[in-house]
Amino acid sequence: MIEIRNVSKWYGEFQVLANCTTRVSKGEVVVVCGPSGSGKSTLIKCVNGLEPFQQGDVVVDGISVSAKDTNLPKLRARIGMVFQNFELFPHMSVIDNITLAQIKVLGRSREDAIEKAHALLKRVGLTEQAPKYPGQLSGGQQQRVAIARGLAMDPIAMLFDEPTSALDPEMINEVLDVMVELAQEGMTMMVVTHEMGFARKVAHRVIFMDRGEIVEDAVKEDFFGKPRSERAQHFLSKILHH
Amino acid sequence: MFTGFDFDVISRSLPYLWQGMLFSLGLTLLSMLGGILLGTLLALMRLSSFTVLSAPAGGYVNLLRATPLILVIFWFYFLVPIAMKKITGDAYATGIGPFYSALIAFTMFEAAYYCEIIRAGIQSVPRGQGHAAYALGLNYRLAMTKIILPQAFRNMVPILLTQGIILFQDTSLVYVVGLTDFMGAASKVAQRDGRLVEMYLFAALVYFLLCFSASHFVRRLQVRYSTGR
Repeated sequence: MIEIRNVSKWYGEFQVLANCTTRVSKGEVVVVCGPSGSGKSTLIKCVNGLEPFQQGDVVVDGISVSAKDTNLPKLRARIGMVFQNFELFPHMSVIDNITLAQIKVLGRSREDAIEKAHALLKRVGLTEQAPKYPGQLSGGQQQRVAIARGLAMDPIAMLFDEPTSALDPEMINEVLDVMVELAQEGMTMMVVTHEMGFARKVAHRVIFMDRGEIVEDAVKEDFFGKPRSERAQHFLSKILHH
Repeated sequence: MFTGFDFDVISRSLPYLWQGMLFSLGLTLLSMLGGILLGTLLALMRLSSFTVLSAPAGGYVNLLRATPLILVIFWFYFLVPIAMKKITGDAYATGIGPFYSALIAFTMFEAAYYCEIIRAGIQSVPRGQGHAAYALGLNYRLAMTKIILPQAFRNMVPILLTQGIILFQDTSLVYVVGLTDFMGAASKVAQRDGRLVEMYLFAALVYFLLCFSASHFVRRLQVRYSTGR
């Protein structure tokens, strides 16, 4: 479904991604973790071409992200993305946030889009919030709306870029619950997160990144049982035992 | 101490001065509108990663901002007729008249200033908003018109209005091409009746009251915007 092939990226002299290669198969949930500045957010943004890269390629559902003749907006419309800071559109109501791209990009009728939005709001437990503006919602609610906004496009895969990092602790679970449910329904997911509980529960594979490299790429049981690299062991010992 | 003055000249010439004021306001509003439209276009060009777009826009802005407004007004008043004669080949082409040449001059001059304001406004919208828009499959045009520009303009309303107030004061320069704006009307009455002091005092008072209350309104708007979120 998602193939990342030898992707390298530099900011000037500084290399942020070094020869990254991995894949996410259909229905698979892959968690990407690592210390801050390790390139994990940059890597996930390469998947839908939000971050350009200088070497290698990313292929999503058989379509190259970096090829000149690729219709990027069309490809991006098929991949949902959820951001650390929610990035709901503050000048639009919740319902307009969820219907805008359905109408303008997918060409759905306003009625269909609204119906879809209401169904998704119900699913994330926010039926009452449809007419409100993002500023009137809590962080956890905003992030759930953002997930609904991504799902409204009927994506073939969902990307999550540290979806709970900006949340107050008491709101993390309401977002994780939605994500767990999504994973259990078989959604293809690539998730950058430090929530190892989430990884243990639903991930199939865990990728550990450090200094722009993919250091460890293992099935969940191996990753938590016996990480091979010292750096991954060190990282795990720091975030698991406190 | 005002015994030698004749303030009656003001009330006698009010209808004429009112005509001038309408002209000033009309010219201000039209060139503000044109300036913002052209300024938005220039700002988008300046922010473009394509040098063929950003370089000309940058050059334009730098040129206009380094030129006195009165010179731009003269250019368009005197150069447009000559250009029209060259282009149409008609030796009797008369240009487009003082009003339109002034309108074009103001629009183009203000566009340079609006461009910089709008550019800063666009850059004040968090990068993540653009990312979210593109991630949903919106193209550049949709992302700009639906997501970035509405937020940018909301942030910019006070400063755009402040620039409009400056523009309103600057429109008084059109008297150099013989147009009768409020300043021009006051000046003509003053010369005709020999009442320079009275008329110029009155004109100053009107400009002051209008601009001061407009600035005050903008300041209140600014406070409301900054506490609104």
